[in-house]
Amino acid sequence: MRAGLILGALLAGLALAAAVLSAFWTPHDIARLAIAEKLLPPSPAHWFGTDHLGRDILSMAMRGAQTSVVVALVAVAIGMGLGVPLGLLAAAHRDRWPDDLVMRGNDLVFAFPSLVIAILITAVFGPSAVNAIIAIGIFNIPVFARVARGAALPIWTLDYIRAAQVAGKGRALISLQHVLPNIASLLIVQATIQFSLGILAEAGLSYAGLGAQPPTPSWGRMLAEAQTMVTLAPHVAVIPGLCIVLTVLGLNLLGDGLRDALDPRMRVLR
Amino acid sequence: MIRLKDLSLSLDGRPVLEGVSLDLEPGITGLVGESGSGKSMTALAIMGLLPDRAVASGRVLLDGTDLLALSEPKMRPLRGKRVGMIFQEPMTALNPLMTIGDQVAEVLRIHEGLDRRAALARAREGLDRVGLPAPRFPLTLYPHELSGGQRQRVAIAMAIALRPDLLIADEPTTALDVTTQARILDLLRDLVRQDGMTLLLITHDLAVVAGMADRVAVMQAGRIVESGPTEAVFRARSHPYTRQLFTASGHRPTRRSRPQKGPLLQVTGAVREYRTADGGLRALDGVNLTIGRGESVGLVGESGCGKSTLARTILGLDPLQAGQIHLEGQSVGPGHRMPRDLRARMQAVFQDPFGSFDPRWRVDRLLAEPFHLTGSPPDWRDRIGAALAEVGLHPTDARKYIHEFSGGQRQRLAIARALIIRPSLIVLDEAVSALDMQVRAQVLDLLARLQADHGLAYLFISHDLSVVQGITDRILVMQAGRIVEEGPPDSVIDAPRHEHTQALARAMPRIPDGMVAALP
Amino acid sequence: MLRYLLRRMIVMGASLLAASVVIFSVVELVPGDPASFMLGTGAQPETLAALRQQMGLDDPLPLRYAGWLGAILQGDFGTSFTYKTPVAPMIGERLQVSLPLAVMALVLAVVLALPVGLHAAARRGRAGDGLAMGAAHLGIALPNFWLAMLLVLVFAVHLRWLPAGGFPGWSDPLAALRSLILPAIALALPQAAILARVLRSSLIETMGQDYIRTARAKGLSRGQTLRRHALRNALIPVLTILGMQFSFLLAGAIIIENVFYLPGLGRMIFQAITQRDLIVVQSAVLVLVAAVIAVTFLVDLAYAAVDPRLRRA
Repeated sequence: MRAGLILGALLAGLALAAAVLSAFWTPHDIARLAIAEKLLPPSPAHWFGTDHLGRDILSMAMRGAQTSVVVALVAVAIGMGLGVPLGLLAAAHRDRWPDDLVMRGNDLVFAFPSLVIAILITAVFGPSAVNAIIAIGIFNIPVFARVARGAALPIWTLDYIRAAQVAGKGRALISLQHVLPNIASLLIVQATIQFSLGILAEAGLSYAGLGAQPPTPSWGRMLAEAQTMVTLAPHVAVIPGLCIVLTVLGLNLLGDGLRDALDPRMRVLR
Repeated sequence: MIRLKDLSLSLDGRPVLEGVSLDLEPGITGLVGESGSGKSMTALAIMGLLPDRAVASGRVLLDGTDLLALSEPKMRPLRGKRVGMIFQEPMTALNPLMTIGDQVAEVLRIHEGLDRRAALARAREGLDRVGLPAPRFPLTLYPHELSGGQRQRVAIAMAIALRPDLLIADEPTTALDVTTQARILDLLRDLVRQDGMTLLLITHDLAVVAGMADRVAVMQAGRIVESGPTEAVFRARSHPYTRQLFTASGHRPTRRSRPQKGPLLQVTGAVREYRTADGGLRALDGVNLTIGRGESVGLVGESGCGKSTLARTILGLDPLQAGQIHLEGQSVGPGHRMPRDLRARMQAVFQDPFGSFDPRWRVDRLLAEPFHLTGSPPDWRDRIGAALAEVGLHPTDARKYIHEFSGGQRQRLAIARALIIRPSLIVLDEAVSALDMQVRAQVLDLLARLQADHGLAYLFISHDLSVVQGITDRILVMQAGRIVEEGPPDSVIDAPRHEHTQALARAMPRIPDGMVAALP
Repeated sequence: MLRYLLRRMIVMGASLLAASVVIFSVVELVPGDPASFMLGTGAQPETLAALRQQMGLDDPLPLRYAGWLGAILQGDFGTSFTYKTPVAPMIGERLQVSLPLAVMALVLAVVLALPVGLHAAARRGRAGDGLAMGAAHLGIALPNFWLAMLLVLVFAVHLRWLPAGGFPGWSDPLAALRSLILPAIALALPQAAILARVLRSSLIETMGQDYIRTARAKGLSRGQTLRRHALRNALIPVLTILGMQFSFLLAGAIIIENVFYLPGLGRMIFQAITQRDLIVVQSAVLVLVAAVIAVTFLVDLAYAAVDPRLRRA
């Protein structure tokens, strides 16, 4: 399982590094179109070949990583920032109205798959990367709320919570001082999972034209543009797909590895 | 007959059992020892249900066959047929999604190849036999519809359905109330007699063994240090460890404290109802109680009687719905939250030594938490050092995390935390219930000393009459949200007036006087 | 049991109502008003006024919502702005593609995941487990539309076993089914991977429970314990995931329908977005969300069927 953690960290780190690097430098200028050099196969000049407009696919993929990472990260931040407090609130007031309210709200949002949220937003405001962030972010809120609540509930039954209550501390302070630190590792694991799901969702949205708009490169749109040329130049469709698969795989392996490394039950055994 | 010969066992290279030899003859053999002594592993070794990482050597002979050497397919037909087992936790030991009838019938179906109808008919007989008769307890009940004692009866019915030669009972009554425990023990005793069965009764409770077992084996750190007929072993106590256990189990701390004048806490007409799924349940039904300054009061009752709810309301964690709480003259009425300065006069020690402390905080921060009520004094670090010293720990322990301490040390830390703001009253909610006999005796001594030194009042809550006997001035007995009897400990236990108290006192396992008196 | 059922039905009704409010309000958020948004700039004032009247935009908001909901409850989803035909039959026609596709994918996912999850749990920590879970990891990471492209490349373009896209209609059931096979596989594989992992971890957790030890002490073999005691108990979290997956499949189908040019609900929504046909978008989204809520209700019923503790409540 250690091997999975390392491989995951490597793959996820690679995607992150490509995303950061692409903000300053890419091997070729992706704004420059060169129709004469279109659909070139991989070569020393263009490691991953060129697309139908003669752009360097490696450079496009690096900038695509940036789009994916930014969208997915901000969406995780939205989900955590709103979902975790809601989940803590619900757990602190178990079976009372704040809990009911949060849980019913959760159920309502769960009835809207992120793609449907994106469709609604796009239908009204038009497509953009910001829409993708909002759609995925809204979808992340109930996920984090549910995980935080589920992890917090058993902690609320422990005697150290009672001791804190006897010391006069209120629910909010206890949630902050005792509950949150003890569920943090679970939240980190969930964050890596939602990060990977966010990358998948962003790819789906931009593939469908509901996400990042031209000329911003994104893996999903690269695939959409490659679809008609897949028989002529398979590499155009293979490279962005592999980028998605390896990044998501890396994040999931990382999440699994972290779960094992952070699980208190595992630590006791060691 | 089952013989263990030189059974040794290690888990991940750590020795758990060393050279255990034991003959199990028809009748009841008690296996006593403290937690971690290897009692349960011995049982699992006999059943062939050891964890995969366990390495065992020696022999477990059933009529001359070595069970330890049997392959899984050869061992499986013996399990449930020749050797049966029941476990400690009746609440989780049954499959929640299967009817009790099907669970008992399953044993008959897999071993005897009966069809479902025939097996269910036999299961009916089995359930009748363990005291779950037909009209009230149909086969179609699910485990969640039964109480803990009833579930343990189902587990017994499963284990004895095929009249095994050996029944292993691993702490079968530890999770049950005293009166339920007595009934389950009676049932086991009767079954052993009727079937001529061998029962291996594993327990930490000397009194249970003294009242039940024909023979006893005392286990310490993976070894059997002494074994023989119960009466002889308990009378002679020739091994020092047996002697230690014995002394600890009957331990009464020396108490120097005397209650002072005037009431500290008065609860009058306390009512608190909880709404449950199946309608209203009155947890507190007009409770009156008084605790004097420096007085130690025991509150005893079975699970669900309302004693924990009472503790929560006294500590100000739940508001009352009717009635009054007076603490040092200040009053808290129904629906009101307890004010801080009042709360600061009370602290608490809880049952679970493992759940009582946030694992991510260091000891100094943990112990300083009650200062939240009073504000941190400038010399708080010195006070924590002093508190640690007072409960028998070292001031340098302040920088450690909680996982570095044993169960007994953790309860000492919990006491230090309760003492840090010098309360007048400490509520001890089953504070020694999870501790082994010897550690329990030490913690009780500590509590007695601290009470005398600081003039503390205690509200000592327990399900076990014998625990509160030696540490309290007065005992209150609680049943169904009411206090049904109160009086000095010895008279409540030896001459109970209320029928519920009588039932509790009768059910309380005791070591027969003849065995106790034998040593000078 | 009846109380549980009633409670779940009330929750379902409330969720549907809340969802309809959300969908209705979001459409109200369009810049300008819905009518001028749909017509775009440069619309004739008369046309605009006519559309405003058709949509009832001059009425106050709550009244319009009530009218919209009331009409829907009678099966009237309004008239498509683009096609000038009633929306309800359009949706019905599209559902004939989307619903069978989602069901096929779900069945396929379960059929694939069940043996893999069981096998991996039974062989926990051994080579078979590692292999199965490695494959599951890869499956989860596959974007279904990319998988769809690869499937088309291999099975339609190179091998020519199955059609690359399009839908011939149900008049020829065999051809219709054939055209749904590749989309269903593309949808099902990633979901099967998720399901297999959930099943495995749920089984492993269940196998650590006290009642499993009891079953072993009765003389059941490891395999018997797994099948007779663990599986049913492990099913409860699996049901939750299954319910959520159906909504993912319905939504995911929106993209897959585009890859395969299937005339389903998803493609209709896309076309409606480009044509700014808010009436169609609103109705189709409502139908999707209602389907998700209905499936949640079915999952609740399944819980009660599995778990006797719920039946009493």
